[in-house]
Amino acid sequence: MTGRREPPDETAARRWAEVVSPGPYATVQDLGRPGYAHLGVPRSGAADAPSLRLANRLVGNPEGAAGIEATFGGTALAFPEGAWVAVTGAACPVTAAGRPAAMDCPVWVSPGGELRLGTPREGLRTYVAVRGGVAVPAVLGSRSTDSLSGLGPPPLRTGAVLPLGRAGASAPIVDQAARPPVPRPPVVRVLPGPRDDWFEPGALRALCAGPYEVTPESNRVGVRLSGAPLRRARPGELPSEGMPLGAVQVPPGGRPIVFLADHPPTGGYPVIAVVASADVALVAQLRPGDRLRFRLPGTPARL
Amino acid sequence: MTIRAAGEHGLLVETGSLEAAHRLDALLRAAPPAGVEEIVPGPETVLVVAPGADRPRLAALLAGLLRTAGEPAVPAAGEGGTVEIPVVYDGEDLEAVAELSGMTAGEVAARHAASPFVVGWLGFAPGFAYLVGLDPALHVPRLEVPRTAVPPGSVAIAGPYSAVYPSASPGGWRLLGRTDARVWDVTADPPATLAPGTRVRFRA
Repeated sequence: MTGRREPPDETAARRWAEVVSPGPYATVQDLGRPGYAHLGVPRSGAADAPSLRLANRLVGNPEGAAGIEATFGGTALAFPEGAWVAVTGAACPVTAAGRPAAMDCPVWVSPGGELRLGTPREGLRTYVAVRGGVAVPAVLGSRSTDSLSGLGPPPLRTGAVLPLGRAGASAPIVDQAARPPVPRPPVVRVLPGPRDDWFEPGALRALCAGPYEVTPESNRVGVRLSGAPLRRARPGELPSEGMPLGAVQVPPGGRPIVFLADHPPTGGYPVIAVVASADVALVAQLRPGDRLRFRLPGTPARL
Repeated sequence: MTIRAAGEHGLLVETGSLEAAHRLDALLRAAPPAGVEEIVPGPETVLVVAPGADRPRLAALLAGLLRTAGEPAVPAAGEGGTVEIPVVYDGEDLEAVAELSGMTAGEVAARHAASPFVVGWLGFAPGFAYLVGLDPALHVPRLEVPRTAVPPGSVAIAGPYSAVYPSASPGGWRLLGRTDARVWDVTADPPATLAPGTRVRFRA
């Protein structure tokens, strides 16, 4: 684990979780490290931040506490002292100490028991919050693994030990969270610009005519899409500029990429539109082969 | 000069020049408007990400600051300080750069060290600063085949830019030398020595 900025928390060493299996790919995530983009640092943090926030609320943590982001499920964690946990995001079979357990509610894992995630039926990223939070050392104020820059802890490995923090004063007060169904394929709202004028007049309409399909090259940096190519109206190169979360960046081939949490803070391909912040989580839950449609709101947000 | 919407929370300010981008960056950092989370300068832009801001008010404020940033009298971010970076000019590509630019390796080193650099912006990796101001005689294309591993502290050039690799990474820039100076340290505050607008001199 990297980072020497914060002294080790004495109380944190007393409780821990052991990674029995990470599954295909699992990382520690909180809400990331905002404020450093001008120094080349991606924000990082949970790709589906609302799911991590919900998981934390369910176990009485601050919403920004670090939890586990499992990709395609499969994660198994052992809790020698027992722990309150909550599993949110992509719905998958869950067992706690061998018994079936529900998503989206607080679950007690008895001492020595394991929390096991199966494979999600749909969706991609499942979140596990543990009461007290995962207390690996913070780097630049965050415990998130940044898959682009390598900041933060390494991805989970079998046998790794994750220190747990001390539970705060607030007790879990939510029994079960209702989750609205997501239409398939999901409709993702986009706001035009900042560089829609780099494209042919019909390009925004083509983007929203869709559908687009998620390709296997997608990851925490971005979701690469196949579908109707978006054609540029002007040649030449755009000088590098700041990239917001959810930017729909279009490389020369015309196939859009939607930037997720670990996206580079600056980039040189024009951004035709930006995904509405509430819909970034929908994109983060798409797996290779899934489809999505983009939709422009009635009134474009132009200044 | 235009202010463009970049999603719900972002405003992309076109400054028309790097100098004006640095001045706007300095003005914003001196008195950050409420709700601003990121201020990201680029060669001709500043992206302002402000999830908590009153957007029309912020746009109006930025328009005003942009007019002020157009005046050369306003100091840019990092002005007043020059970071000096000691370099051992023994890089793997020094001879190749000498050949490409038609001079000796010694002349390449001397011209690099004499170039008045300014940190333009950061990108590619945490702490990786694009330094502008490279002597035009040293503008050479990047390697056709990037290296899979460039050691931290490598001093390199590509096109009109120079850089110090902040950490080990792949890289396609041509290596002129190396420095012991640390330009990136996650335990330091700020973690990057080379922030946008900082003036930089290399010393042989």
